[in-house]
Amino acid sequence: MSEQRKPRILVTGAAGALTQQVINRLRDNCDIVAVDFRQQVYLGDDIPSYCIDLNKRGFEDLFRQYRFDGVIHLGRLMTSELTRMRRYNANVLGTQRLLDLSHKYGIKRVIILSTFHVYGAMAYNPALIDEAAPLKSAGLSADLVDSVELENLANIYLWRYPELNITILRPCNIVGPGVRNTMSALLSSERAPVLAGFSPMMQFIHIDDMADAIVLAWQKPVKGVFNVAPHDWVAYQQALKMCGCKRIPILSVPPIVPKAIARLLNLKSFPHYLLAFFKYPVVIDGRAFAREFGFKPKRPLKEIFRYYRNNKRPV
Amino acid sequence: MGLASYLKSRLVPAELEAQLNRIRKPIGSLGYDPWGFNNDAVKYGFTLTRQIYEKYFRVEASGVEKVPAEGPVLLIANHSGQLPLDGLLIGYALASRPDQPRIPRAMIERFFPTVPWLGNLLNDVGAVLGDPINCAKMLENDEAVIVFPEGVRGSGKLYRDRYQLKRFGNGFMHLAMKYNTPIVPVGVVGCEETIPAIANIKPLAKALGVPYVPVALPVIFPVKVRLNFGEPMYFDNSEIPEEQVTERVEAVKTEIRKLIDKGLSEREGLF
Repeated sequence: MSEQRKPRILVTGAAGALTQQVINRLRDNCDIVAVDFRQQVYLGDDIPSYCIDLNKRGFEDLFRQYRFDGVIHLGRLMTSELTRMRRYNANVLGTQRLLDLSHKYGIKRVIILSTFHVYGAMAYNPALIDEAAPLKSAGLSADLVDSVELENLANIYLWRYPELNITILRPCNIVGPGVRNTMSALLSSERAPVLAGFSPMMQFIHIDDMADAIVLAWQKPVKGVFNVAPHDWVAYQQALKMCGCKRIPILSVPPIVPKAIARLLNLKSFPHYLLAFFKYPVVIDGRAFAREFGFKPKRPLKEIFRYYRNNKRPV
Repeated sequence: MGLASYLKSRLVPAELEAQLNRIRKPIGSLGYDPWGFNNDAVKYGFTLTRQIYEKYFRVEASGVEKVPAEGPVLLIANHSGQLPLDGLLIGYALASRPDQPRIPRAMIERFFPTVPWLGNLLNDVGAVLGDPINCAKMLENDEAVIVFPEGVRGSGKLYRDRYQLKRFGNGFMHLAMKYNTPIVPVGVVGCEETIPAIANIKPLAKALGVPYVPVALPVIFPVKVRLNFGEPMYFDNSEIPEEQVTERVEAVKTEIRKLIDKGLSEREGLF
């Protein structure tokens, strides 16, 4: 390994818009190898790109072949994808494999993308939840267990193998052009369901800002768990209004009613296990990350909502 | 937006808006704070509360100037009257004082966030879930925080128990000590008689998941309300056993009792 060589990074989740933004920011100064377990993505002649399951044996060959310096693990199956079991295999066991290989091949820096969903939405949540708060999500919904398990696993490796320099990022709702998660689907729709009488406070981070945050984390090897969120807030229904969404109220009490409706409709943008997030606030405190990594989001909420207002697609 | 600003110009008097704009709050780019406080909603709330405060309950507040003009402060009061009207009136008294007004934050019962509309409405005007972490973060933000240490024990009191203080929780004293926060005791007189309840249907309350279901007339009586603010009390942050913390809490309770007695002796009739 020569001193002059650019750092070589394995980036997972290459099919995602966020990953591609991160790759674009890093490609000039780093050698990138991209993988995705859903599809092979062409990212230019200079970036080898593979479609491979992290749990398959062949995955180790990438570590042998490329001698990575760092891993940026953004490839997570979202809660709306596949079945619970397959998500568990991909997100938890896949990550464990990735971390084991990282340890085996002497990786010096690992960044793992988690989510604010791990805190769980409940009526008793205080606002500005910091990183030390308990992860209640697993107790609230079995569909979010894999998110919490992934975190627990990453935390074990964080302390067991300090040389991996693991940083876990827990962002708020990532939104913006190209983002395909639940929240983005809602904001870009013409009509969006709301629970009648509930408009919890929410936080949104623009995909460009989130990509900047990941790059900042890559540049400064400080290990630990960090929330990533702008210090700005808006009520859910107000956000929909600003995005030009017509709000469709769903009967919210007793709680069994909206759950039954959500199950019945089976909307990808309004899954029954995320209902609590449309009822109770999960406001996280992103100041520790901002302080440590010098992070300052550049895209205000108004700009995010303007994008969605101008880019509607039918439901 | 046109209609909204028209309504606002009709409903929210300019001098009131100016008064509220003078009060600086740490809010984000869209007028919200992390707890859901909304700069615009508070103006409507304030206008409406003014009618309730001045016309309906004809509140007489004395000593409101004793609340420090800046820095964290805890307003500790007796709780009564089934609905959180006392919090609303104390909040208005402080927000409407001519010199250095403040918009205090009331800590509310844990069941409010589960009530559709009401939970959000309370958050809009600055009320916050009564969680010690919330209270601590508020004090760090230099807010004035209203706490009713009796909680539902106080608000769910029956008419026959009026003006008998229930047990005070110690949480507020720990926070006051930790954040070096002065405590202003407040004695509320009148709210006890606004919704006189003769009984509490506990099984129904349990089934509905609410703290209590009072048996009362479906009216809120226009009782004259008196608010008496006491002198700020200071407690140092020394390492003391819980027993002594309780003694400090009792000292605050005694002050509140005196303020209630003062209010009761001042009043000439219920209305």
